[in-house]
Order: sequence, then structure tokens, then C-alpha cells
Amino acid sequence: MITLFDFLALSGVLFAIGVAGVFLNRKNVILLLMCIELLLLAANFNFIAFSRYLNDTAGQVFVFFILTVAAAEAAIGLAILVVLFRNRSSIDVDDMDSLKG
Amino acid sequence: MVQQIVFIVLAAALIGAALGVIVSRNPVHSALFLVLAFVTSAGLWLLLEAEFLALVLVLVYVGAVMVLFLFVVMMLDIDTETLRQGFVRYAPLGLVVAVIVLLEIGYVVWSQKLGVTFGTPLPHASAFSNTRALGEVIYTDYALPFEIAAVILLVGIVAAITLTMRRRAGARYQDPAKQVRVSAKRGRIRIVKMPSQPKAGDEP
Repeated sequence: MITLFDFLALSGVLFAIGVAGVFLNRKNVILLLMCIELLLLAANFNFIAFSRYLNDTAGQVFVFFILTVAAAEAAIGLAILVVLFRNRSSIDVDDMDSLKG
Repeated sequence: MVQQIVFIVLAAALIGAALGVIVSRNPVHSALFLVLAFVTSAGLWLLLEAEFLALVLVLVYVGAVMVLFLFVVMMLDIDTETLRQGFVRYAPLGLVVAVIVLLEIGYVVWSQKLGVTFGTPLPHASAFSNTRALGEVIYTDYALPFEIAAVILLVGIVAAITLTMRRRAGARYQDPAKQVRVSAKRGRIRIVKMPSQPKAGDEP
């Protein structure tokens, strides 16, 4: 029997890995975006697990909206990244120290 | 029993893929590991009987978002080595923060102070459709958030296109309106009246 705690533990581990990834790859913006996707996935896991074990569809509706917003966020983030690379020829976070456009 | 084996295998694959995302040297490998993480998560969501969302995760995330990631990673000429400088230096800090986050989440989960009794999931009837159940609430109770989500996607499209579209100086573009407006009588050909000219070798 798989309990709710198994799923919560899995999503907790996933979230911790995402947070560690943000710290490890703090220079590479693309990997930062990927780590944010991991964090969102862990959050979605919680919603779906609770939705199943509390017999309530509202959690799944929330995941639906999170997926929508995350997709838009990824598209805009990558667009900003492309413009950034075009202007600075680098995606290193340390190079983004100028306020001038 | 079968469910437990499937859960353990998929969970191990998910954690391995997530670790692969954050430690890979090559961003392309990271993106591919993230694809694996999404696919295994979809499998676990199927185990939780969230069939519609599992399919949406594969279609939208693996099919669209991750392809976008791979496209950007491969389009940009990134110097991977300089971006990995400091990886070892930040590793202890990242590890410490990850362990702290894990301990906090573990404390919240296992202390059972949430005040919720976690029942066993009810078995669904054989004719139960997850997609139908979701659709019945999305288009009624959540109609307004649904519309807002649609607007957010529209904003995403417009923002991404306006950010990345540019006119290159010196490149040649065609103007379709101008091409359509041209008429055969005026502009495209010009008839010039002139007396006939004998060829140079024809004169006797």
C-alpha cells in the first residue's frame, strides 16, 4: 500500500534537489530555469497526491493552472534569455551587473 | 504489490533524473534529464489516477516546453566551462540548504500537525473518467480562472514574440502589399515606341 507520506517524501526530496540546483548552478540562467521547473513539479506532486488521498478534484484543477502559468513563464523566460544573449553574448549571471539597457 | 514496485522504480528514476539535471556538465544533458524527470512524474501521476494531468504533462512539458529549452540551449553558443566555475565552491552550501529544506519538509510531514486525517483513496467506479470530472468543475466553478489562464497564455505569446523579433539592418525583406498592388499596365512593363533598327550586318 502506497501511503500519502511516500508521495510527500518524494516531492520533498524533489524540492530539495531543485533548491540545491539553484545554489549549484547559480551562474547559468538556463539551468536556473530548469531548477525552477523542478520546484514547480514538486509542488504539483503535492497537489495531486493530496487531491487523490482527500478525494477532491480541486487539487488537480490547481495543477492545471500551475502548468499553464509555468508554460507561459518558461516561454517568456527563454525569450528574455535569448535577448540577453544577443545583447551581451553571455548568459552568466555575474555579467548582469549593468542597469543600462 | 505491483503498485509498490512501480512506485519504487519510478521514484528512483525521478530522483536520479533530478540529480542528473543539477549535476550534468552539459546543459543539453540537463534538459534531457529533465525530460526523463517529467516522463517518470507522468507515470507516478497515472499511479495517483490523475490521468488527464499526466497526459498533459507529457504533451505540454515534454512536447513543448522542453523542446523550447533544448532549442534555446542549442541555439545559444554557451561557454559551458566558465559557467561551471564555482560549482565545487557552492556545492557544500547547496547541500546544506537542501538538507535543511528536506528536514523542514520532513518535520512538517511527519509531525502530523496538519490537522488533516489522511484517509485511504476511494476506488473509482469503472466508468469514472478523470478528464470528465476535471472538465465538469473547470467550466463551471473555475470558469473565470480558466479564462484568466487563457489570457496569461496570450500574454505569454505576445511577450515572447515582441521580445525576440527584430529587424536586421541590411537584410532584404519583401513587401507583399506592394507586390499585390502592382498592375501589369502601370509599373511592371513599360511599352516604348521607337523606329525599327537594322542590325549592323544587314546593310548591303
